[in-house]
Amino acid sequence: MTRKTIKVDYLARVEGEGALHIRVNGARVEEARLEIFEPPRFFEAFLQGRDLNETADIVARICGICPVAYQMSAVHALERALGVSISAPVRALRRLLYCGEWIESHVLHIYMLHAPDFLGYDGAVEMAKDHPAIVERGLKLKKAGNAIITLLGGREIHPINVRVGGFYRMPSRAEMATLSESLKWARDAAIETVRWAATLPFPEFHRDYEFVALSHADEYPMNEGRIVSSAGLDIAVDEYDDHFEERHVPHSTALQAALKARGAYFVGPMARFNLNRERLMPIARELATEVALEAPCTNPFKSIVVRALEVLHACDEALRIIADYAPPEQAATAFEPAAGIGMACTEAPRGLLYHHYEIAADGTLVTARIVPPTSQNQATIEHDLRDFVESNLDLSDQELKWRCEQSIRNYDPCISCATHFLKLDIERAGETNT
Amino acid sequence: MSRKRRPKLAVWKFASCDGCQLSLLDCEDELLAVADAVSIAYFPEATRGKLKGPYDVSLVEGSITTAHDAERLQRVRRNSRYLITIGACATSGGIQALRNFRDVRDFVSIVYAHPSYIDTLATSTPISDHVAVDFELRGCPINKSQLLEVLSAFLAGRRPNTPAHSVCVECKARGNVCVMVASGTPCLGPVTHAGCGAICPAYRRGCYGCFGPMETPNTNSLRQAWLDAGVSPEAVRRVYHSFNAWAEPFRTAGETDDA
Repeated sequence: MTRKTIKVDYLARVEGEGALHIRVNGARVEEARLEIFEPPRFFEAFLQGRDLNETADIVARICGICPVAYQMSAVHALERALGVSISAPVRALRRLLYCGEWIESHVLHIYMLHAPDFLGYDGAVEMAKDHPAIVERGLKLKKAGNAIITLLGGREIHPINVRVGGFYRMPSRAEMATLSESLKWARDAAIETVRWAATLPFPEFHRDYEFVALSHADEYPMNEGRIVSSAGLDIAVDEYDDHFEERHVPHSTALQAALKARGAYFVGPMARFNLNRERLMPIARELATEVALEAPCTNPFKSIVVRALEVLHACDEALRIIADYAPPEQAATAFEPAAGIGMACTEAPRGLLYHHYEIAADGTLVTARIVPPTSQNQATIEHDLRDFVESNLDLSDQELKWRCEQSIRNYDPCISCATHFLKLDIERAGETNT
Repeated sequence: MSRKRRPKLAVWKFASCDGCQLSLLDCEDELLAVADAVSIAYFPEATRGKLKGPYDVSLVEGSITTAHDAERLQRVRRNSRYLITIGACATSGGIQALRNFRDVRDFVSIVYAHPSYIDTLATSTPISDHVAVDFELRGCPINKSQLLEVLSAFLAGRRPNTPAHSVCVECKARGNVCVMVASGTPCLGPVTHAGCGAICPAYRRGCYGCFGPMETPNTNSLRQAWLDAGVSPEAVRRVYHSFNAWAEPFRTAGETDDA
């Protein structure tokens, strides 16, 4: 029998700090641990006592890559606690803002963090030497997403325009029109991105996952919907705590979320696609058919294609919202602070993002609880690693290490969100593969 | 002819949201030119490749919240010719410095079921509390144009042009109507360091101070103006104690009691 350790101390091309530890004994993986050692920042603690009107600004700072997601889940949860309803134009603009974040975040991951794994480069800058046109297309596409956030949010990172009830200032029609040209180009570039991503070499790997995502009767899910799963779960957002729980494990400063009944589950673009394929914009559905991507897709390496489809969907939907836009009279619904409890789920680029708040009568927060997507995927990532390593023990250590990193990056983990960092450390008991 | 040796750039992360280092990747039009001008020697968010130090320029994001990070920072300093902090966390301790005003054990037990698993310091402190810093770039997040200016300046051996005046100056330059004068909206612009371009007033809300204190701000005078506008003392405390809470004089301004 042979024992072996393969080790990566600081996992690259993920957001935040983490490590991986895998111990192999002969043909069996004895342990596969995604270690998250990002130092905790205690958002849920210092939110206590803060004013509800500060919440959207504060929670944005959980993540520099997906601040809009945190702002969206926060304002929806707080509006629910207060009984505030938003106008149709505000709803549409929030969706547009989210489209911008899906585009910039997904394109960052597709071109800069994930594609280099498939093509054998350390990163996008190295990849640009051989594939300049591809990397330039990615950068320009990312910029088109950021342009939406900059107009609606004031800046691309930690936008300042989101508030409970709506926005501080609504853009004019003329300002909105400035986005159209770059988005039309972006929609074409997204089509090319889908076609290109579908040609990447995918390891043959499938598992039987429980996919969990929001689902809405007549749109691809972003800001609202019921929580559904591929195993038949179908609940309202306020039933979340009845079905999900967070577990604190020793090797992680992130809490791991689990379904109380069945354990690990899978959130993110692939879960959204598998549960909502028919509600993609027609152009995205056509491309899915063209590249033969069927739902359910159970190969997590193909998440890069799904992300590209969602970029296409977001570009197309953004153009529709811009074309239909008429500025409302009120940028936000007025309200008075009141005691209450509210929760909301929205679809962050990386998947379901749950916020739960209790507000005191004076408008300050009594409690805050936030369950980010990466916490929810953490157990699934560990299962993937275990299965992937067991079925690929013939690979060299170097190759196996890289493929393990790639397996983690399939989920676009945001360790800063989950409070955490990655380090890859594979122990093999057994003959040394070189 | 071989070209001149390119300077080595490293990007380091401590406790943070990753947003400031993302600003470099958000320079969509300039990124490949930057990568041509410098050798990106260590930047794990962007590449798994890494070159050994020493590094000509290190960009440091995040604050120090663990003993392990305090040690790691010493190694970064030893390996760096210039060390530049980017953003509010690295420059003032960030929003996570709110723990500094409380007992961190309370914070741990609010968030985690097993506090014994968590290794953390009682405080979140800026990089300059631990090592010598060659330049501090403000902002939560930093402004990417300022980041390019700072990088260019260090590569050219000159001081960066990043004005230390208040947001008010930028606000006037942008042609905004003053939200405080015109609509009585409380605004931290008069005491806040420039750099953002006065975004919040342009979106009809008051500045909330995410670039931290300007040089010699009159926080007491502004505090009184806020109280006169009907803001509660508790709300004034909160606004100073947010993204740059540990930076003087915001730290003291947020602790002032009304007698």
